[in-house]
Amino acid sequence: MTAALALDGVTKRFGDTTAITDVSLALGQGEFVALLGASGCGKSTTLRILAGLDRPSEGQVLMQGRCVTRDSAAARNIALMFQSYALYPHLSVYQNIAMPLRLRHLSVAGRLPGAARFSGAVRRTREDIDAQVRRVAAMLRLEPLLARKPGQLSGGQQQRVALARALVRKPAAFLLDEPLSNLDTQLRADTRDELRALHRDTGHAFLIVTHDQSDALSMADRVAVMIAGRIEQIATPQQLFHTPATRAVAEFIGHHRMNILPQGPAAALHPAGKGLDLGVRPEDLRLQADGPLQAVVRSRAFHGEETILSLQDDRGTALRMVLRGGSALPLPGDSVRLTAPPEALHGFDACGLRQQVLS
Amino acid sequence: MIRAALTDLLLVGPAALAVVLFIFLPVGVVFGLAFTDYQVGAAQAEWVGGANFAQLFGSRLGRNALLNTLTYAAIVIPGSVGLGLLVALGLHGMATRLPRLSALLRAVYFLPVAATLVAMAVSWQMLLHPSLGLANTWLQALNLPGQQWLSDRGLVLYTLAGIGIWQSTGYNMVLFLAGLAAIPSTLYDAAAVDGADRGWTRFWSVTWPMLGPTTLFVMIVTAASAFRVFETVATMTAGGPAFASDTIVYALYREGFVYFKAGYAAAITVVFFLALLALTALQMLLVERRVHYR
Repeated sequence: MTAALALDGVTKRFGDTTAITDVSLALGQGEFVALLGASGCGKSTTLRILAGLDRPSEGQVLMQGRCVTRDSAAARNIALMFQSYALYPHLSVYQNIAMPLRLRHLSVAGRLPGAARFSGAVRRTREDIDAQVRRVAAMLRLEPLLARKPGQLSGGQQQRVALARALVRKPAAFLLDEPLSNLDTQLRADTRDELRALHRDTGHAFLIVTHDQSDALSMADRVAVMIAGRIEQIATPQQLFHTPATRAVAEFIGHHRMNILPQGPAAALHPAGKGLDLGVRPEDLRLQADGPLQAVVRSRAFHGEETILSLQDDRGTALRMVLRGGSALPLPGDSVRLTAPPEALHGFDACGLRQQVLS
Repeated sequence: MIRAALTDLLLVGPAALAVVLFIFLPVGVVFGLAFTDYQVGAAQAEWVGGANFAQLFGSRLGRNALLNTLTYAAIVIPGSVGLGLLVALGLHGMATRLPRLSALLRAVYFLPVAATLVAMAVSWQMLLHPSLGLANTWLQALNLPGQQWLSDRGLVLYTLAGIGIWQSTGYNMVLFLAGLAAIPSTLYDAAAVDGADRGWTRFWSVTWPMLGPTTLFVMIVTAASAFRVFETVATMTAGGPAFASDTIVYALYREGFVYFKAGYAAAITVVFFLALLALTALQMLLVERRVHYR
């Protein structure tokens, strides 16, 4: 299958600094991909190159297998929803949504007020635009707001207007820059469901850029993890979580940062630890009276449904573990013994690449 | 309660008193004088009703000054606002590629604003001198006839308007530059994605509407200064030749401070004041609600 939108070996330099290095990424027809990375890792640059707002220094941008590297943003017909929404403040909600269609389908003369009175073609185009604007507005429940100006809307309403403006012209691909970052927790959860539903209903290819891994893991079919300008791994959320390809991904993904036991001392936990660094998620560590790992509790933090222990093992490595439930929690200063099931261990070689740990 | 009231009075009182004494009271006196034939230094004055206003609007000289001022403003307002915007757009676009040159040109365009207009008028007089001036030398180099810039009755007002544009363009440019810098770049990105990625479409769909508040402010400021034109007239032409460059404020100065006809000068002041007030109010009412997007 030809990808709806793809980057092939793209590098972007600004002066002496390299923002992204050798990025290849394919967005299949109707696929939902998330580009996940910490702020400043180059994900916005990647998005701007995909949209056609910036040109890559090296590499190519492909749409349906055709090279569009030199094409303008408008020529690519890619919709982009901005983090700040970037609505036109002087136009009503209706006019904001209609803008991409007016610019695309009406000439300068056709956009003049009253032009429909003189030309049948302009009138038909305008009726067509009107129908599409109302269809999208209905889909996003914006009908009661069509006459308002963006300044009179709440953040969530502005977000839906921005979505509507991006969706109205049946784009070849749909890019969203941090679509949820300006919303409060409740609205965030609702909007996640809504975006999923929108993706299902429209069938467009979606690419969402986010720094929030729960957004990425919960919504996307595939997640591309970007660290320091490079794509470290592209995989399904499950693969990413259970079999991270590199140590950097392993430490990045997960609500609690993964513990890494250095090669050597790690052998206490598993024989593979003689030659590999071993990672174990804080949720996978268990308290066990005869466990192979000895550690001292440094501090304890209660988080409602879970309690997080900070520990230090006898070789000085800082560890973290998550305990659920309130049964007999150790106190700071207590000495405890820990274990982890072999299938929960992640082995990484000296280059940080994943190696098999036999259980 | 009474203490608080006294404190308020003590804080507001002196400033309020000064404003009343030195602004409201004189304005009241001027409004009163406008209906008399008072002359500076005279022991008494007669109440003449609307005679002063009748003279301003009825006499050839009064109407001439009004018409000249309107003509001057009609040239200077669009001229310096348009030119200011054009220069600002150019320098703003240049700022990313040639930042040094852009900053230098910005200073150059702003010089006329910072310079004393009376001093500048002397240099203009030199430039526009019929036989020695640079302007005519260039015209001759192009095989065009030289002009009597300041002594041709048909030309003098346009010459002054040109100098007025030269003088206020820099100020308007600075205001427009500030307005341009305040436009969020994501709006241009959004327009580029929507299909307005260059030239006029981009200008009309983002730049011009976003500059609305700036443009309104620039228009009001320019209008106010254009209607007040005085220094260039006083130093370069003294309203001449044959009142061809007579303007309201210059007429006001002549009647009040040369002929000492305080009553008539007061009437001109009143008309001028009301006209400026009405103009500003009109611009605010008509344009404001279409500019601020709330």
